[in-house]
Amino acid sequence: MSKKLPLEGITVLEFAQFMAGPSAGLKMADLGANVIKIERPGSGEAGRKIAIKNLFIGPDSLVFHTINRNKRSYSANLKDPNDLAKIKEMIKQADVMTHNFRPGVMEKIGLDYETVKQINSGIIYGDVLGYGDKGPWAKKPGQDLLIQSLSGICYLTGNKDDNPTPMGLAASDMFTGGHLVQGILAALIKKQKTGEGSRVSVSLLESTMDMQFESLTAYVNNGKKMSNRAAKGNAQAFLGAPYGIYETADSHVAIAMKPLSELADAMEVSLPVAFQSVESWFGSRDAIMEWLQETFTSKTTEEWISKLETKQIWCGPVYNYDQILNHEGYQVLKMDQEVETSDGDKVKTTRCPIRIDGSRIFSRKSAPKTGEDNEAIEKEFNLN
Amino acid sequence: MTKPLEGILVLDFSQFLSGPSASLRLADLGARVIKIEQPNTGDICRELYISHVEMNGESSIFHAINRNKQSYQVDLKDEAQRSKVYELIKKADVVMHNFRPGVVDRLGIDYETVARLNPAVVYGEISGYGKDGPWKDKAGQDLVVQAISGLTYLSGNNGAGPVPMGIAIVDMLAGIHLAQGILSCLVRKGNTGEGGLIEVSMLESIMELQFESVTTYHMDGGEPTERTKTSNAHPYLGAPYGIYPTKDGYMALAMGSIPVLGELMSCDELLRFESFESWYDERDEIKDILSGHLKTQHTQHWLDILEPADIWCADVMNWDRLLDQEAFKVLDMIQEVNMSDGYKYDTTRCPIRINDELLTSAIGTPKLGEHNDVIEKEFL
Repeated sequence: MSKKLPLEGITVLEFAQFMAGPSAGLKMADLGANVIKIERPGSGEAGRKIAIKNLFIGPDSLVFHTINRNKRSYSANLKDPNDLAKIKEMIKQADVMTHNFRPGVMEKIGLDYETVKQINSGIIYGDVLGYGDKGPWAKKPGQDLLIQSLSGICYLTGNKDDNPTPMGLAASDMFTGGHLVQGILAALIKKQKTGEGSRVSVSLLESTMDMQFESLTAYVNNGKKMSNRAAKGNAQAFLGAPYGIYETADSHVAIAMKPLSELADAMEVSLPVAFQSVESWFGSRDAIMEWLQETFTSKTTEEWISKLETKQIWCGPVYNYDQILNHEGYQVLKMDQEVETSDGDKVKTTRCPIRIDGSRIFSRKSAPKTGEDNEAIEKEFNLN
Repeated sequence: MTKPLEGILVLDFSQFLSGPSASLRLADLGARVIKIEQPNTGDICRELYISHVEMNGESSIFHAINRNKQSYQVDLKDEAQRSKVYELIKKADVVMHNFRPGVVDRLGIDYETVARLNPAVVYGEISGYGKDGPWKDKAGQDLVVQAISGLTYLSGNNGAGPVPMGIAIVDMLAGIHLAQGILSCLVRKGNTGEGGLIEVSMLESIMELQFESVTTYHMDGGEPTERTKTSNAHPYLGAPYGIYPTKDGYMALAMGSIPVLGELMSCDELLRFESFESWYDERDEIKDILSGHLKTQHTQHWLDILEPADIWCADVMNWDRLLDQEAFKVLDMIQEVNMSDGYKYDTTRCPIRINDELLTSAIGTPKLGEHNDVIEKEFL
């Protein structure tokens, strides 16, 4: 008999909106938890209106659908005492709750950790903040691009003379959500041993600093000396040549770290004397990358890869979505799945990337409409 | 504070970044992590001098990733040494690795063998591209996976060519997913006593990070990704989303109404973009207008106008400026750790807080095989 999904039996109440908090709820849902979004009646959570490319499924944005599939929705007005009493009854029976309101908001509603702990001492209470709960930025809006901009990370991507370049997706949100899940699950493990609940707090800024831990550690131990991004083909400011992306006769090739002498041998070119010392690989990085670039233009990407891979050089082609999503190497992963809304709208999206007990985790359940599950949930929690 | 994973024993056979970043998180959450390192070199990352910053004879990268762990050096190809590892496996809660498919079978630490020794084990592994298909034997390396995955067409401006993210984002993400899977199986083990197998691949992890844009690709009939001509920050979002030069630096503008911005900043040219749809459809033009206008004043001038109006905006900082900010200092994000030979260094701490307390640890990286004696005495 196959085992159950690891989080089956765990109930999560998600008061969070937009991306970071809901991405944590999605991961727990895929791993088997019963995740209930608590939304304001009518409009629901604000993320329903954040559109990418003006794409909507019914009244809700496509991005809302990708991040809230496999969840249920319970609508309640937290300012209405009757609704709040019901929510407190649900909290009594839940294992986990998450929110991403700015500091002070949950206190005003009466659902801050100290209050919630009185209702359910074993609850795991997850906060997602922008910048932590103290200091001059505590009440600033915590939004992915703003955090990226403040965190220094925009000086790691792009080339030397480019403007600060953010990562072109909500990476800070997603990493923060990932850290929240880790903290919540660790706290659940502790609860099994001690019966005690915990408050688990993450912030976008702290998580985005953690994303930079490699380069940041180099920086703080090197007299706070920043490394420039490479002049062209930059991939990591603190790494020496050849690390980067190069143009070939027909497109591009990515070349990872490798002693330059070995790379030159594999490319069948002789390494100029000036580039033979290990120190020069970082110190003369721009000149080396320019020299390599001239050679890479002489063959196609495929020619380079077949030549270099046999010599154990870590390298690969550079694909767009057309190329990767239709490639056998991707399709064999069965990474896509179709979900279906209660109106019959179908959305093809990605699945959970974690395989458990040898199986991929699929779920056909789409994002809910606001309050779609009120009736069923009131019954389950005996709220009437 | 009792850390949440205290009492959990993790045997980590992984090297480089992906696996070790997962075990670092488990260590910071309270688990005891023993790095099992190969003879001679140990974790190859110790000597991966790709950064110019060397710390105490080893790479800065190794020190960032492997603090708060113990090191047990062993030759798995030697029968007697392997049997010692098997004794450790019997006592472990978690066993993890990031070898290419097939290698663990040769080393005798594949899931079937490990689960026979310890049926309740939680066993986690990271591959580059999964175990089937044309890429299963290809090296899973961060930049190479970024390049293959479509990710490099999201950052930078239209016309810039492929732009990778300047951090090892795939490694770290696969590490996050592995830790999530391991922790979820430990939760289940606490309920049912059962062990579990967790498999993560770098390619699947980085495709999931792109779930918005991959879903969009399926939805819009496979249209190419189109970054904006200037100030691109997310190719699927409308204006003003992006970073703009000002008179003395840069500033970021996230989502917001274009006419409202126009009024607040006295930029009449923006007032005509009334419809919500136009903010995406005409974003290159809007961004041009914004660029011209924002350049006329200092960053602080704009922030003083926009922040009180609750417009999502921010300064753009490098580390020199950020690390000087009071708002950064109150986070206590940098901690000092010590190695057994007295070498001290600064690095980041775990980003998670439990019950308002930081998860810090003063333990630095282990020397290769530093804990062989302690571990043999304790377990063998």
